[in-house]
Amino acid sequence: MEKLTMKERYDEFISRFGWPRIIIGMFLLFLFIVAPFVGVSVSTSLSDTINRFGMNCILVLAMVPMIHSGCGLNFGLPLGIIAGLLGATLSLQFEFVGASSFAMAIVFATPFALLFGWGYGKLLNKVKGGEMMIATYVGFSSVAFMCMMWLLLPYSNPTMVWGFEGKGLRTTISTEGYYLHILNDFLAIPIGDHFTFPTGMILFFALLAFLVWAFLHTKKGTAMTAVGSNPIFAKASGINIDKIRILSVMMSTWLGAIGILVYQQSFGFIQLYMGPFFMALPAVSAILIGGASVNKASIPNVIIGTFLFQGILTMTPSVMNSAIQTDMSEVIRIIVSNGMILYALTRKTEATR
Amino acid sequence: MSEENDVLLEMRNISKDFSGNQVLSDINFTVREGEILGLVGENGAGKSTLMKILFGMDEIQATGGYGGKVIIDGEEVNFTTPLDALDKGIGMVHQEFSLLPNFTAAENILLNREPVKKSIVSDLFGDRMDSIDREKMTELADKAIVKLDVELDSSMKVSSMPVGHMQFTEIARELSKAGKGENQGIRLLVLDEPTAVLSEQEANSLLVAMRKLSKRGIAIIFISHRLQEIIDVCDNMMVMRDGLIIKHTPAKGVKVQDIAKWMVGRSVKTEIEHRTFDYSGKETVLSIENLWVDMPGETVRDINLDVKKGEIIGIGGMAGQGKLGIPNGVMGLYTSGGKLTFEGKELLLNNPKSLLDAGLAFVSEDRRGVGLLLDETLEWNVSFSAMQVNNKYLKKYFKGLFSWRDTEAIEKATNEYVESLQIKCISTKQKAKELSGGNQQKICLAKAFALEPKLLFVAEPTRGIDIGAKALVLQALRKYNQEAGTTIIMVSSELEELRLICDRVAIITDGKVAGILPATDPSEDFGLLMVGEKVED
Repeated sequence: MEKLTMKERYDEFISRFGWPRIIIGMFLLFLFIVAPFVGVSVSTSLSDTINRFGMNCILVLAMVPMIHSGCGLNFGLPLGIIAGLLGATLSLQFEFVGASSFAMAIVFATPFALLFGWGYGKLLNKVKGGEMMIATYVGFSSVAFMCMMWLLLPYSNPTMVWGFEGKGLRTTISTEGYYLHILNDFLAIPIGDHFTFPTGMILFFALLAFLVWAFLHTKKGTAMTAVGSNPIFAKASGINIDKIRILSVMMSTWLGAIGILVYQQSFGFIQLYMGPFFMALPAVSAILIGGASVNKASIPNVIIGTFLFQGILTMTPSVMNSAIQTDMSEVIRIIVSNGMILYALTRKTEATR
Repeated sequence: MSEENDVLLEMRNISKDFSGNQVLSDINFTVREGEILGLVGENGAGKSTLMKILFGMDEIQATGGYGGKVIIDGEEVNFTTPLDALDKGIGMVHQEFSLLPNFTAAENILLNREPVKKSIVSDLFGDRMDSIDREKMTELADKAIVKLDVELDSSMKVSSMPVGHMQFTEIARELSKAGKGENQGIRLLVLDEPTAVLSEQEANSLLVAMRKLSKRGIAIIFISHRLQEIIDVCDNMMVMRDGLIIKHTPAKGVKVQDIAKWMVGRSVKTEIEHRTFDYSGKETVLSIENLWVDMPGETVRDINLDVKKGEIIGIGGMAGQGKLGIPNGVMGLYTSGGKLTFEGKELLLNNPKSLLDAGLAFVSEDRRGVGLLLDETLEWNVSFSAMQVNNKYLKKYFKGLFSWRDTEAIEKATNEYVESLQIKCISTKQKAKELSGGNQQKICLAKAFALEPKLLFVAEPTRGIDIGAKALVLQALRKYNQEAGTTIIMVSSELEELRLICDRVAIITDGKVAGILPATDPSEDFGLLMVGEKVED
């Protein structure tokens, strides 16, 4: 009797967690076990994984509102990132330092994110059914447009502009002296020589994740989920579908903007020009690997997906590299990350109609 | 046609069920060479399932086959694809055209069966490089057209044809198909509502053509809703109802009224009793004036209807006449126009929110598409509309700044409905898609009841659910009407159901109200209104 319930519980766990996640999780565990034997430090690897998780998880969280409202996966994430970049560069331009530079970056980024999100949402409402393709090109074309604007906008802070001419922004700008590691170092817990737990960054993610979770439990949030689940049902219940969808796109775009700021404070650099170009796919893949479908996603999907995706991405190149004794980590990284993206996109499932 | 002609097709003891739901039972009939057999029945009577069995359509095999025997020329056959049926000389023209608009009649008639010529290229690269023999193609097409004996130019493009000619092209295509072996050509043709899209004149020439085919020995099974045509053209006719053949009789001398009665005159066995509703002193709660609704396939043209407070009014009619357009248009799901006055106030059309706020609710005929969130729990399905419209099941924080979903209240309310409507489920956390059709329908009702509407539209509440569940659903509606005093407008294709539960029934034909009769009137009168005939006093 006892055995049967154990088996049942086991089966239920498998079906709820899903085989793809179990296999990827096992592989990740395997990499961690193999790592010491090929001379890779486990604590450094673990620290890297946690860091990358913290850097990326808000960008993955930015998928959630749009998935809930049925706008599909947010391939237009670069648009939100651009809003974040505008916030970051403006904060640096006005020379805010320390914690206030990070806070001001958020403040400056917000109106851009909301405005872009509103327009992007309007556009997506006109192309219902083909959101993801259009979103991809919204992302691409906004990046291309901003490539010109970064050169033309009248920025003047010497840490940001090209040195020889004194105008036009550089491709990468250091956040050092501004908000480098502002969250990473907040209440950071060093464990051993090579491992530091970035408490502030994880807490910040937890706060945003809580806000998204809480929103989805309100009346409006419930309506958003229903719009994604069956828009005609929602319409018949008196919901203004278009408004809810625009709201979700604005939320996703804002989260994208905040996400990139958190990314920069940990990474140390603001990457302009083509920087946002390829940011959408890893985030999309992470949430799909986490078990989300095109119109269903939860906070656990975000956490599990980001951890697995970033874990594999951190561990595979370093372990493989050490194992075969050649430096081809970049090649492996590209193969693994694109392989994961490809795999994730084949896992894409849609709702019952 | 005479009795001496050989029996071509016999269907013996045919029965069919879809997972326990009996849709055909005890079907026995024969078709002789050259016979025109009319087949009539309401939607869902089993006509198309019967034809699917005859043609060996996939879905019949996939749902467990059928019972009984199909006998052709005295031999039992068991077709697994329509191509097998074609080999035996049985062809079908479907209700919807399947023609390539930019191809000529001849090209359409011989599509994929084109006569070919050999050339050097095809000798080298195989049959796929054969060229089409245009002359032969025209000749073959013309031959088929001559067989049909109609005016049809084989070189005319389908896109520039009148609808009647398209129909002829379809039929000519079936006629040109030759069976393998001894069975040369088509011997039995099934025409599914061929006249539905035709003008009267075109329909007449089709009927003439049918007679000519029959003289050549080709048997025809003619499915139509136009009863007069059946009487005019058929030798024999069959009326189906609820999967049974109710009447099989020579068509000569039959009256339209009789057929209408056979079609709809079913007795529903339930414990629901007919009630007498006292109309005296009841004010009009909803008045519909000049309503039009642009709903594809269910266009509403000009509806005028006054609904009295507390009544259950039925809306019936044939499929496609616009009865379903009324609730869908009023509730803002399809573009509509006209004037709606509810409790003395004019309602804003095309705005579901304002209509729900006014106290109207709608249980849609499209359960899966409109009625339910299939991927969500029963709790969500029941509570969602009431939460959004009436602010029920919400906890307020910070003086209403945040309104939080009240999971406990939702669970409690759902459990109450599960109990009172006898919804069969494992838990209220189950997803809606996991329930059976009847239980899904009850969830839809629970959703509407949770809204506490003053006026409730219910469309096809018993469609696709078994008889036991039907009675429960109808009882639930009646009970709700009596206890909460809610006015109910019920749209249904099943006339008997309407006559049972409603106080009066309006019949819609061609997007207009053909007439409103007390539910106690005999079903023939409703049948006549449905087929567009005036009731004779």
